[in-house]
Amino acid sequence: MKPALLAFLRRPSGVIGLVILVFVVGAALFASAIYPGNPWDTVATPFTPPGTDGLLMGSDSLGRDVAAGVVHGARISLLIGVTSTFMALVVGVLVGAIAGYSGGRTSSLLMGVTELFQSIPAFILAILLVAILTPSVATITFAIAIVSWPQVARLTRGEFLSLKEREYVQAARCLGESPVSLMVRYILPNALSPVVVAGSLSIATAILIESALSFMGLGDPNMMSWGYMVGTARTMIRQAWWMSFFPGLAILLTVLAINLVGESLNDVLNPRISRQ
Amino acid sequence: MTNWSDKTLLSVAMLKPVLARVAKMVGVIIAVAIFNFFLVHAAPGDPALVIAGQAGATDEAYMARVRAAYGLDQPLTTQLTGYLRKVVTLDLGYSYRQQRPVAEVIAERLGPTILLTGTAFIISLVGGIVLGGLAGVRAGKFSDTVITVLSLVVYATPVFWLGIMLVLLFAVQLEWLPPFGYQTVGADLAGWALWLDRGRYLLLPAATLGLLYLAIYARLMRASIIEVSHQDFVKTARAKGAGRSRVLWRHMLRNALLPVVTMAGVQAGTLIGGSVVIETIFAWPGLGRLTYEAVLQRDYQLLLGIFLVMSIVVAIFNLVTDLLYRVVDPRIRSV
Repeated sequence: MKPALLAFLRRPSGVIGLVILVFVVGAALFASAIYPGNPWDTVATPFTPPGTDGLLMGSDSLGRDVAAGVVHGARISLLIGVTSTFMALVVGVLVGAIAGYSGGRTSSLLMGVTELFQSIPAFILAILLVAILTPSVATITFAIAIVSWPQVARLTRGEFLSLKEREYVQAARCLGESPVSLMVRYILPNALSPVVVAGSLSIATAILIESALSFMGLGDPNMMSWGYMVGTARTMIRQAWWMSFFPGLAILLTVLAINLVGESLNDVLNPRISRQ
Repeated sequence: MTNWSDKTLLSVAMLKPVLARVAKMVGVIIAVAIFNFFLVHAAPGDPALVIAGQAGATDEAYMARVRAAYGLDQPLTTQLTGYLRKVVTLDLGYSYRQQRPVAEVIAERLGPTILLTGTAFIISLVGGIVLGGLAGVRAGKFSDTVITVLSLVVYATPVFWLGIMLVLLFAVQLEWLPPFGYQTVGADLAGWALWLDRGRYLLLPAATLGLLYLAIYARLMRASIIEVSHQDFVKTARAKGAGRSRVLWRHMLRNALLPVVTMAGVQAGTLIGGSVVIETIFAWPGLGRLTYEAVLQRDYQLLLGIFLVMSIVVAIFNLVTDLLYRVVDPRIRSV
């Protein structure tokens, strides 16, 4: 593990990403300590520019502290990003593993479904699902997982297809290991590193989808989110640029940080592929 | 391929995969229709409420009328076949909010969306290939670093925020371009003047939407050029004395383009998804803006129709790129 850690730290972009990410996670964990009280509450005169009245990022049209919203907004972004990706990984790995290992009719059926999901406009599907199932953390997470799993499934299938022919798997099969044991104990551990990398990058995409949904007014009405802040402030861009600038910058930095970390992770976990 | 019989043979051999692709496309559309149908019935509460878009939630007589009109009192399978039969005849139901048939509302919004996404697609593909190619050829130099870092940042930018920031810069601060709209209201232009005017309105939303995909294609093109430049046929070309530009244009570019074109075909679905937020910001009167309006008004019948039509548009686009790909890369034909 130590050389892997060193390899990671040797890349400046990965370290930059990690530092930003530590700040974002810190904001999410300690939001109530940094900005106690409800971020929805009016605390200042509406339209206060940043830097005045002790407001770091100004206030919005209802007098809410933009900085408090940005700090509290980290929670929903990370929560939905991580849980929806986890769900997508579980479904994607399951489908991809079965399709890759079994082959034949099961495989073509599963991959047909996967391809179907990939050939429909994902964001529209997410909008439709959240709108009809009514917006909440659960439905948003579900909708993002629904549009994210096919990629994982394809990747896992590819790994399983090549790994199942390896000699060590054949040997285990000859020793009488059951198919489930072969898949879980022999193939999966070796197929995992590209899946982990894809998963980490998928968190970034999930955060972008979540922010776009809440921008459209399809966020959880009880949670302050970055997309919602930009969405409500966009019509006031002439008078108050800061209301939409800072939450958007928070999304940008978070997604950028996750992508940087994910790519460095890729270099460490899949050295052969990335060096080519 | 000099005589006719060879050509006809070739076209017959090409027809089969084309037919298979068309069959796949029809399958996707039917699957989306079935999915739509079950989504209405899986939604919490009365499906009649979903169809009416909560317009007449309190009016029991009205709800009964909706139920009868959509046959919601009949068995599920009868309803499904009835629904599919309607979809085939392009009857997408009635929007109670707009007081018009869904198909009619969608039809008048389709043109602007295709104009916007088509322009964005061309901007992203051309820009991505040029910038990515440049970065790849000059790998490790300063311009490569700049292009790589920029594409990383753009790739992480939420497209709606990028749009707002570009409006702030080019429309509010510099006043070069109009901040939103489709054409100058009340200008009463015609011919070239109308299209020139519309072009000014189109530039900002199309560039915003295109920029994100430009970043993706640039990254891909860069990697692709670097990979191709290490391959044997390029070394051979250099060894036999072909000039730098000849190696680049005749040998490397064509091969490096293939993965970018593949990716571009796959990305069509997300491009049209991105148009939703872009059209919302720029008040562009297309399907994306209509989606936003339908969400605001909880007009589910309209939303389902938009999803179906956008799926059809994406399926047609995928079909076209697939066929184009066969023309560009002769190796695929034999597979």
